[in-house]
Amino acid sequence: MSDPRLLRLDPLDNVLVTIQTLQAGDRVTIDGREVTVPSRLTLGHKLAARDIRNGEKILKYHMPIGSATRDIAAGEHVHLHNMKSDYIDTVEMQARHSSGRST
Amino acid sequence: MIVTERAYLRSDGRKGIRNHLLVAYLVECAHHVAREIVHPFRESGVELIGFGGCYPNAYAAKMMRQLCTHPNVGGVLLLSLGCESFKRTELSEAIAASGRPVETLVIQQSGGTRKTIEQGRVLVQQLLTQMADVPRVPLEMREFVVGTICGGSDATSGITANPSVGRAFDRLVREGGSGIFEETGELIGCEAIMAERAVTAELGTILETAVTKAAAYYTVLGHGSFATGNAEGGLTTQEEKSMGAYARSGGSRISGLLKPGDVPPSGGLYLLDVVPDGEVRFGFPNINDNAGIAELIACGAHVILFTTGRGSVVGSAISPVIKVCANPETYQRLSEDMDVDAGKILEGRGTLDSVGDEIFDLSLAVARGDKSKSEALMHQEFVLTYKTFEPIGPSCLPRV
Repeated sequence: MSDPRLLRLDPLDNVLVTIQTLQAGDRVTIDGREVTVPSRLTLGHKLAARDIRNGEKILKYHMPIGSATRDIAAGEHVHLHNMKSDYIDTVEMQARHSSGRST
Repeated sequence: MIVTERAYLRSDGRKGIRNHLLVAYLVECAHHVAREIVHPFRESGVELIGFGGCYPNAYAAKMMRQLCTHPNVGGVLLLSLGCESFKRTELSEAIAASGRPVETLVIQQSGGTRKTIEQGRVLVQQLLTQMADVPRVPLEMREFVVGTICGGSDATSGITANPSVGRAFDRLVREGGSGIFEETGELIGCEAIMAERAVTAELGTILETAVTKAAAYYTVLGHGSFATGNAEGGLTTQEEKSMGAYARSGGSRISGLLKPGDVPPSGGLYLLDVVPDGEVRFGFPNINDNAGIAELIACGAHVILFTTGRGSVVGSAISPVIKVCANPETYQRLSEDMDVDAGKILEGRGTLDSVGDEIFDLSLAVARGDKSKSEALMHQEFVLTYKTFEPIGPSCLPRV
């Protein structure tokens, strides 16, 4: 059972979405495990649903939205400081591959 | 599964859930006269659409043809000024060939504003009488087409309303119906994942190319994608942001790619490519939400599922629009305009699955004649602008 303040969009996701503002120091329950929220988080932010290894895909809606850039512990805020996009801008790619050609 | 026992059977075999009479102006110069003709009949299912441009455009001509022969339309009155370039006879013949009654008034030949309005109202009465005895037949799920669009999004859209519509779409497609999602510009970053869901590898490449085209198009227009405000709202990457919009498509395999006016050949999930082909020519692909809604309807959508976080009030001519509100605070403020309160998920009063079921069931109720909120409030927004498209190839609709 997870905390009612957290939304699991898909059973296979490794992140949960905050559905109300959490204050630093708040205790939330993830799969029966109590963790302390490290910083104030407004609606729409993500917490690790379990321990995530460096390089692992971050799954939301059962879809990869990027990769972890370091190990992330269950309950930690998952954001710009510990994950990155895997998306390569297609326009930029085209420009790189065919300089001079208009797209 | 039967959607409704009392659909309107058209001579071309298609079936509608409404029996609207359209008054369609063929240039802005005929807009006022057309609107005045409609006004006394607003509550009798008479609706106004039109194309404002005076210069010819193949896309606009196709859109008008598809809208005037939409299954929810039973008859049409065309309003021409007389000297615009729109080929009114071609359109009128296409409507007549579909078995629908059609009349045309040319203002320059019919005595000006007042006389044309008078003649138009007489014709509307006659057309309504002719449309009254359309046979009523069952509409099968495999003949039911639902479109989805979003507008006025906020941080809640991607976590409540959009994935709930995705659940409704999963059920729709599982039952044999057709679902259409659109706005390739909002799918930038999802193209690789989306391509994997295509029923053939070739279609996957086509879906990816459609998003690449959108990315290039928006770059030329100077529109960035991921903004600082998105990160403050909890979003971290481009693909995460797009995934929020993409969630409306659900999890079904993708059966094909459509362009505006193409009708799904059979049940399944379809991506509607709304970004014009070729060089950037006429500005933004869709200048507002209603431009996208009109395109979904031109593809045969009987009903539109519109997700919103900040709260939109629009509806549409021809097909009912169902509002799915993502944000519980918005729902409180605008409840008279909202059909579904998806924000309840944030308050623990519902789940994605339960709200998905609610959306699906409401789509059927609206198909059976219940009015959506925007429909009851007589919203009939309609927008059609200039675009250029190449026709789709056979690989866009693979037979599998």
